[in-house]
Amino acid sequence: MIELERVLTMKTCLIVDDSKVIRKVARHILETLEFDVEEAGDGREALSRCEAKMPDVVLLDWNMPVMSGMEFLRMLRQRGHEDQPKVVFCTTENDMAHIRAALEAGADEYVMKPFDRETLHIKLQLVGVA
Amino acid sequence: MQISDSSSRILAGLLEARTGQQLTMSRRWRIETALSSLLRDRGIATLDELITILVMGKEPGLSDQVVEALLNNETYFFRDRTPFDMLARHALPALASRREGKRRLRIWSAGCSSGQEAYSLAMLFAENPQAWRGWTIDILGTDVSSSVINKANDGIYTQFEVQRGLAITQTVRWFEECDAGWRISDPLRKSVRFKVHNLLDAAPERGEFDIVLCRNVLLYLCAEKRAQAFDRLASAMSVDGWLMLGAGETVIGQTAKLAADPDTRGLYRLDKRGEASDRRSGDERRTVARAQVAGRGAVGGLT
Repeated sequence: MIELERVLTMKTCLIVDDSKVIRKVARHILETLEFDVEEAGDGREALSRCEAKMPDVVLLDWNMPVMSGMEFLRMLRQRGHEDQPKVVFCTTENDMAHIRAALEAGADEYVMKPFDRETLHIKLQLVGVA
Repeated sequence: MQISDSSSRILAGLLEARTGQQLTMSRRWRIETALSSLLRDRGIATLDELITILVMGKEPGLSDQVVEALLNNETYFFRDRTPFDMLARHALPALASRREGKRRLRIWSAGCSSGQEAYSLAMLFAENPQAWRGWTIDILGTDVSSSVINKANDGIYTQFEVQRGLAITQTVRWFEECDAGWRISDPLRKSVRFKVHNLLDAAPERGEFDIVLCRNVLLYLCAEKRAQAFDRLASAMSVDGWLMLGAGETVIGQTAKLAADPDTRGLYRLDKRGEASDRRSGDERRTVARAQVAGRGAVGGLT
């Protein structure tokens, strides 16, 4: 009963990154933080997953094939769903210009790669999902 | 790299003599990691060779570098968050009301390491300008290590440091990029002062502090020195001020001069039965002094 309650109240996170290694590392961290994790390899696949089931938070890479993280974010915010997820950019684009652009496009937080578990945990706490 | 018991005892003794901090057996594993870059930079092959040089006194200044390397300077912005929320919600509004007359607050971040705690405090005030306009907020950060105080004064942090604990909006608002990383903005840097100071010495400055933070420092002291440090901290606090310790630290069983604030978990006040009984706040003292002067004048007038 307690286990069922725990599973039902787990927050969901969609990792969007074209790197399998990054997805694997992020998944490991997020699962230790008790997130239910899904993955997408680019922005378009991420949009499809969001249409099917909106996650609580999206961990989003910037540079990806097919559809970039920024394109995904703009389209996600334009769709105006009531249950908009929190979006945390997680990228090697580590300069102020990119950070400002991400915030203007509707990102809630920004993690500069490389990162560690504690940094990601704090960022997820700051957006209210951990 | 192995270190012998005798060598680790010598290093522990050096650290305790210089800073009062203990290198307990459970922390001795840190020695090799902490000193590895120093050995590399100095071209010293083994820890035992380092000890030999130290004991022979061949290289002045080396012992300072060893002590600096052995200190634990772990910190980050808004560490543990909750204490800062507690200050913002409870202590600061109370002090804003009590100090409305002189509109001045003094805050001491004791054992501030590379300055993140002190700058986090500065952000608390700077992010609420309406409440603190016209106030003088004096924030002092101190640490026994001169290298971390130099870093705090520079206010330059790596990418890893700047995103550890800060919301991205705070990074954008309070930092600018520089070649060495991220530099804290001038207004914030100018609002905080830093000094080298050992907690076991007399308070770093005269006057009383309204809030003293001493988090995750006292746990490295033996019971006797911890009691001494609590005395020092208590003597630096205003009678209605607060002390904040690290998560898991307490005054209970450590000192009679401080007691838990019954209204706010994690904050401590001077114990009215102890330290505070013979002390009054600055305002109270001035009022009493004025009354005494007035009293003497009246007596003088009658005679």
